[in-house]
Amino acid sequence: MISRRSVLKAVFTGGAIAGLGVMMPRIALAAWNATAFETDSQDAAMDAMYDSAPAASADVNLKAPDIAENGAVVPVTVSSGLAGVKSIAVFVEGNPQPLAAQFFIPAGTKAQASCRIRMGKTSAVTAVVETASGTFSASKEVKVTIGGCGG
Amino acid sequence: MSTSRRDFARMMGLAAVAGVLPQQGFAAKRQPGDFYEVPSYGNARLLHMTDCHGQLNPVYFREPSINLGVGPAYGKAPHIVGHKFLQHFGIEPGSMEEYAFTYLNFEDAALQYGKVGGFAHLKTLVDQLRGSYGSENTLLVDGGDTWQGSGINVKTRGMDMVRACNLLGVDIMTGHWEFTYHQEEVLSNIAAFDGEFLAQNVLVTEDALFEGADEYIYDEDTMRVFKPYSIRDMGGARVAVIGQAFPRTKIANPARFIPDWTFDINDDLLQETVDDLRDNQGVDAVVVLSHNGMDVDIAMANRVSGIDVILGGHTHDGMPAPTQVKNNGQTTLVCNVGSNGKFLGVLDLDIGKGKVNGFQYRLLPVFSEILPANQEMAALVAAERAPYAAWMDEELAVADEVLYRRGNFNGTFDQVICDALRDHYDAQISLSPGFRWGTSVMKGQTVTMERVLDQTATTYSETYARDMTGADIKLILEDVADNIFNPEPYLQSGGDMVRLGGMDYRCDPLAPMGSRIDEMRLDNGELIEASKTYKVAGWATVGSKSEGAEIWDVTADYLRKTQDVRINKLNTPVLKNVAGNPGYKA
Repeated sequence: MISRRSVLKAVFTGGAIAGLGVMMPRIALAAWNATAFETDSQDAAMDAMYDSAPAASADVNLKAPDIAENGAVVPVTVSSGLAGVKSIAVFVEGNPQPLAAQFFIPAGTKAQASCRIRMGKTSAVTAVVETASGTFSASKEVKVTIGGCGG
Repeated sequence: MSTSRRDFARMMGLAAVAGVLPQQGFAAKRQPGDFYEVPSYGNARLLHMTDCHGQLNPVYFREPSINLGVGPAYGKAPHIVGHKFLQHFGIEPGSMEEYAFTYLNFEDAALQYGKVGGFAHLKTLVDQLRGSYGSENTLLVDGGDTWQGSGINVKTRGMDMVRACNLLGVDIMTGHWEFTYHQEEVLSNIAAFDGEFLAQNVLVTEDALFEGADEYIYDEDTMRVFKPYSIRDMGGARVAVIGQAFPRTKIANPARFIPDWTFDINDDLLQETVDDLRDNQGVDAVVVLSHNGMDVDIAMANRVSGIDVILGGHTHDGMPAPTQVKNNGQTTLVCNVGSNGKFLGVLDLDIGKGKVNGFQYRLLPVFSEILPANQEMAALVAAERAPYAAWMDEELAVADEVLYRRGNFNGTFDQVICDALRDHYDAQISLSPGFRWGTSVMKGQTVTMERVLDQTATTYSETYARDMTGADIKLILEDVADNIFNPEPYLQSGGDMVRLGGMDYRCDPLAPMGSRIDEMRLDNGELIEASKTYKVAGWATVGSKSEGAEIWDVTADYLRKTQDVRINKLNTPVLKNVAGNPGYKA
């Protein structure tokens, strides 16, 4: 049986799409949406990316901690069972530039993306899944605390 | 060596003759031996200890007079203090139980009933309760915060407690402060521990797995660092005990000591585990040994189904009766057993095929003047202490009033620490973390280095002084207040409010994050301004190591100079919206 470690090694060395997407977003030049990534407004970023505002959906699964262990690297996983997923994006409303990452999902690929995002303060985190038939979202608040003082 | 029931009754008789048993109150209505005689019930007995914080010898420990509940926890256990606590749990005023469970009449009762806890006394009680029930059907479980809290612990990196717990016979444990040693030390401590260390909610990071952590972790598919559960055959039933370590360890304590592990509540993984145990492994009862803190335990019992019992710790709540949470037609018992070695929980379960039919619960205070010391444990405790005795026995000052810590806001011992910090650094303001551990010193007693270490012994006790703006100070107070008073338990981190020296403030626990704190003033009455800079001293930084002296040395220096410890001004906030709150001393 292949070990989890060898899989991870393969992912890291082979360059999975998600991994590359997070570490070097500018590589995906064709899809680089400068307006969306640089704006300080989440609404403006979404406007620049989608035809319509995303609708909240139970079919978008967003996994993120209630409280971040380290605001500099908050693990987020987004997945969806929706058909025809074209892209997955992650927004942090309280960040200076709310759009944190966008992943393009090739046809026939499982719609799941994981990344680690930077958060300056407690904020809503929103995952948006773009499909052929519309745009859907899920949100959750992630608390960022200065820590300490535990009993 | 186990104590027979007859020997035990005889020793109790001797204690009565020696005059340490009470002459009045609830307990006096019973025979001396009865206090610790728990009738056997059902087919499995769980003995539960937690949060002893390294206290191997008997201590004084004052329970809180302020323990506010907000949101769904308002007025409910554990957020009840004083007379309301007595009423809620049916405890006789003036009794030994009043002394054990509340702050009421603390000074007089402490003189009458003496110190509590101590492993030699606890060992006698554990052996008695195991022996009378049948050792094969009894488990001793420890909820953690055991390997930290004394000066010796800092010197041995927790190993003195491992040896003591091995002799005590701890079968299963989980942890929190155990993770404040370096991760290699945590692993070697656990390797030296004779029982099982369980944690379903501590995972290895992907980076660490890539770097070779698979060499030592429990399971690389689930990424669990530690074994998640243990199944034991007890009284003809299969009992599963699942470990739940403190989920906020890397937030409340330095993440730098344990870089390769990640913690959370992980109740989705817990539900999967419970379902698997029930559906596939023929388990009849599911017990979670938790270090979540009681509010989180209650919330978790509402969210995860199929748990019969949560044996909890972290928030140091000594609850004479379990809180019963209904979920999916089932009941989960949530039991919390206090701190500092004061209590031992005794839960007898009647377990049938696939279900718990009934229970009997007692939370026994460990009165060290009544329970005779187990000689073997007494010898071990003395041997562990001997190399450090000269350091810890130094007499620093005399307490002019009771020195204590526990409570949502400032305690008198914290004020001493805050005053020492300001004095040492010539700072306007000082900060001291709201830990819930730390023993008490009675009025007129000598404050030794050991008692100072009881308040300060961590692996990151270095001090600092730095400039902060009024806005920075407000941000810190708001942040810590939200960790205690956020109405959603999953967003709390436990601990009490940060203690302050040199300034006061007003606090509204019911207000939302960012609006709880106002009226921040220096001791001279001057309003603290957001943009103005103040010199602030403190200790126990979780981000990076501070450069200053250890806080116990700073405090000891101050006490040597002061001689008589008197609190001239207790810096404690004015509270809003607490009138009538059962968690507030009226």
